[in-house]
Amino acid sequence: MSAAAPPAGASAAAAGASAAAAGASAAAPALDADRLSIAFGGLKAVTELSLRVPARGLHGLIGPNGAGKTTVFNLLTGVYRPDSGSIRLGGVRVDGLRPNQIARAGLARTFQNIRLFAELSVLDNVRVAAAVRARSGLLRTFLRTPLYVAEEAAILERARELLAILGIAHREDEQAKSLPYGDQRRLEIARALATEPRVLLLDEPVAGMNTQEKKAMRGLIQSLRERFDVAILLIEHDMGLVMDICEHITVLDHGVTIARGEPAAVQHDPAVIEAYLGVPDDGAAAPPGDAG
Amino acid sequence: MKTLAERAAAHRPALVRAVAGSAWPIAVGFAFAYLMQTALAPAVGDFYGKLMLDVGIAILVGVALNIVNGFAGQFSIGHAGFMAVGGYVAAGIVFYGSIKLWGSRDIHGGFLGPGELLLVAGCVIGGLVAALAGLLVGLPSLRVRGDYLAIVTLGFGEIVRVLLQQTDDVVMDPRAVEAASAWSLADNLGGALGFFGAPRYLDPKNPFWIWLFVMIVLLVAYRLKTSSKGRQLLAVRENEVAAEAVGVPTTRVKVSAFVLSAFFAGIGGGLYAHELGNSLRPADLGFQKSIDLVIIVVLGGMGSISGVVVAATALTILPEVFREFSEYRMIFYALALVLVMILRPQGLFGIRELWELGPWRRVFRRGAS
Amino acid sequence: MDVTKFVQVCLNGLTLGSLYALIALGYTLVYGVLRFINFAHSDVVTIGAWMAFVFAAAIGWAGTDSPLFAMPVILAMSMAVCATLGFTIERLAYRPLRRAPRLNVLITAIGVSLFLQNSGQLKWVFGTQPQAMPKLLSEEALFTLAGVRVPVVDVVVVVLAFTLLVALQWLVFRTRMGQAMRAVSFDERTAALMGINVDMIISYTFMIGSALAAAGGMIYGLKYGNLLQSADSVWVLLGLKAFVAAVVGGIGNVRGAVAGAFLIAFVEMFGAAYRSPQMRDVYVFGILIAVLILKPGGLLGKATVEKV
Repeated sequence: MSAAAPPAGASAAAAGASAAAAGASAAAPALDADRLSIAFGGLKAVTELSLRVPARGLHGLIGPNGAGKTTVFNLLTGVYRPDSGSIRLGGVRVDGLRPNQIARAGLARTFQNIRLFAELSVLDNVRVAAAVRARSGLLRTFLRTPLYVAEEAAILERARELLAILGIAHREDEQAKSLPYGDQRRLEIARALATEPRVLLLDEPVAGMNTQEKKAMRGLIQSLRERFDVAILLIEHDMGLVMDICEHITVLDHGVTIARGEPAAVQHDPAVIEAYLGVPDDGAAAPPGDAG
Repeated sequence: MKTLAERAAAHRPALVRAVAGSAWPIAVGFAFAYLMQTALAPAVGDFYGKLMLDVGIAILVGVALNIVNGFAGQFSIGHAGFMAVGGYVAAGIVFYGSIKLWGSRDIHGGFLGPGELLLVAGCVIGGLVAALAGLLVGLPSLRVRGDYLAIVTLGFGEIVRVLLQQTDDVVMDPRAVEAASAWSLADNLGGALGFFGAPRYLDPKNPFWIWLFVMIVLLVAYRLKTSSKGRQLLAVRENEVAAEAVGVPTTRVKVSAFVLSAFFAGIGGGLYAHELGNSLRPADLGFQKSIDLVIIVVLGGMGSISGVVVAATALTILPEVFREFSEYRMIFYALALVLVMILRPQGLFGIRELWELGPWRRVFRRGAS
Repeated sequence: MDVTKFVQVCLNGLTLGSLYALIALGYTLVYGVLRFINFAHSDVVTIGAWMAFVFAAAIGWAGTDSPLFAMPVILAMSMAVCATLGFTIERLAYRPLRRAPRLNVLITAIGVSLFLQNSGQLKWVFGTQPQAMPKLLSEEALFTLAGVRVPVVDVVVVVLAFTLLVALQWLVFRTRMGQAMRAVSFDERTAALMGINVDMIISYTFMIGSALAAAGGMIYGLKYGNLLQSADSVWVLLGLKAFVAAVVGGIGNVRGAVAGAFLIAFVEMFGAAYRSPQMRDVYVFGILIAVLILKPGGLLGKATVEKV
């Protein structure tokens, strides 16, 4: 875990994030990452990455295995701290904040390797996230004051609504670990949405799904933008899905942006084809070694 | 979608209802403690009366430890250290306070009398000092993972023991006590021989305060577990990275759990110090005591309040029943610990409460955890 | 400055450091391959010391008149018993939990520790009475240094410890098995894919660590003479300080454990001699907390980042 940011600046920025939510958001893009770089030891994992997702935008981030896509998510969500560059949510700087502060500022994510609260019920998984904007502290909790009671009721209502939208309401009492794989992915999305995000990062939401499930998930992702007024950044290996639903695509290879633009343009970019298929005169398709 | 604040405004309960909902369990808790004092205590003999005092304190401290070990998943094996801090602070306040206020260290006043109020004040202050110690232990261990934390807490318990052993003899002479400042008396806690002479307000005929604090810790633990704050603890225990990602300030949550748990353990120590038949020596609240508490929490179920109540009761009573096998007691516990971990890793009851298991489950099903 | 006192304190630090190093290595080796704190390690030390006593008493070697080979023979027997014990513990208690959460393994280790402590107290095992370790080594001065008598026992303790440490270095860094141990420590899954028998390596690691623990226990007995009952907190504290040494040096790091052991021992001895002897435990845990705050990976270790 990285050291905490200077407390004064951090809390000011976190407060600013919510204060600016109404005002600044109209003009500024929902997510604006500017020339992010990070190196681990000598290895440059991500170099000069810039991303701009407008409000309600749906962007894709693709690249061969080990290209640094998940590292980008970890940079955006504060798990890693960038060596240089800046991250803005709705115009407010969030880089340097801790992950929980960034989540409060309006950035939510799902995980490639699912990370649910395994022993907790499906409902409680979402309720943890839905409580992010609750104001009741420990004392109100112990005394069960009217504010606390109202907030808990609101949290429960919102959590149930989200489970219904994601189609897993009938499983709310089950332990998260007992859900089938596809429902676990849905629960991760429900949990992320419960934090009332401005931007949602989805890390391989259809990995391991069959065609039927993929189709359903695709419809769901598209509907989220309108329904929750959220911008989406998507990492996905399923090219068909990415090309179909994303308005804009950024292609990474070895941490470097090798192409960006509309799906049709990216699809025919020689650099992208080379990154995915290896050097053309090699003959064989040689995907880079699995580093995931 | 509506924001949380908008939704909450729509769910605002009527004031009367809210107050009633908040207060009735507190009233029930008082009534229970009062019944233990007035109905049960006169009916049982000294042997069972004393046993019930021990059960009460085991429940109190076991449930407190469960907040850290069970809810937050942060392992403490030095919790007797917090008991020792609370116990010595409370004993010092009550013993020297009695002499300064009333000129003698004897029991002063009857049920709910001034002496007992001094006892409660001493226990609460002892709890607060223990909570401060919890903060000091919790802060460095935020940077380290679970198993290191265990070692830090163990080290803390040992340091408390060593420091208490360095203190000077208890000042017994009332005139010397009255002459001395409160600050200088803080060093007269009896050293390795122990703090003798604190008035024993809690005896088989007078268990009220123990049961009142047991009721308070049960209510606090239950309300915590079924609240958003409690779910934050459970989320930290389940997956720290995911908890951070949904906005849970994991470091603050962990420290709060530590502080809260240490507070009640300190109160438990304060009560322990004033219970008839207990000796307050640094070694009595050392490693062995910490391990006893861990066994209660692990066997009861890490996260289950009712499970810990059952385990605390059973593990306090059984050794008395099977006295002739006392040699084998710890061997049996040790095997139980290993077997439970291998066969039922979540503890006997796991995270669930008794009424959420088996046939009862349908009756109490309300969508809560 | 009082040179004699200074030399005496250094000598004490050297012997105590050797003792800590032998025990700390067991913690660090097991942590290296399994990533958990083997809480029962200090009890293996205890049993090592007590087994040495039991063997010496059974054979009838009771004092300095025993043959010269008495010490090495008993040491070898005690190490063999503890190696078997370590193997058994891993097999029965820890192996079923190989994929379980860390907390469960930790609790199991505490359970094993309690089991060993309290079994040792039974009257048909070691009993509850303290025993005096036979003086297999002379306490006469081998030589005098700056006015300080250096007894045979101290010299043997330090030489023995260093011999075992060098042997372990050789084992870990120069043999195929050591290479396999390091591979398992680095990445268990990949090591298994490379054809390394991970279970066997883990068993070996426990056996080596436990044998070193037995040596530590016996050294403790020879140096300090008095064996307290197996559940006494003296043993817990001994193990705890060795563990602190391993953490301070950087857990999982063999050289770090040795460096940490001598650091801890010297701080403890100098603190006890020049400040307050009652506070020696407090100094040790003070170092632990300082290191955990300032350099959580330990002095020679590197900080690890959890993969997300």
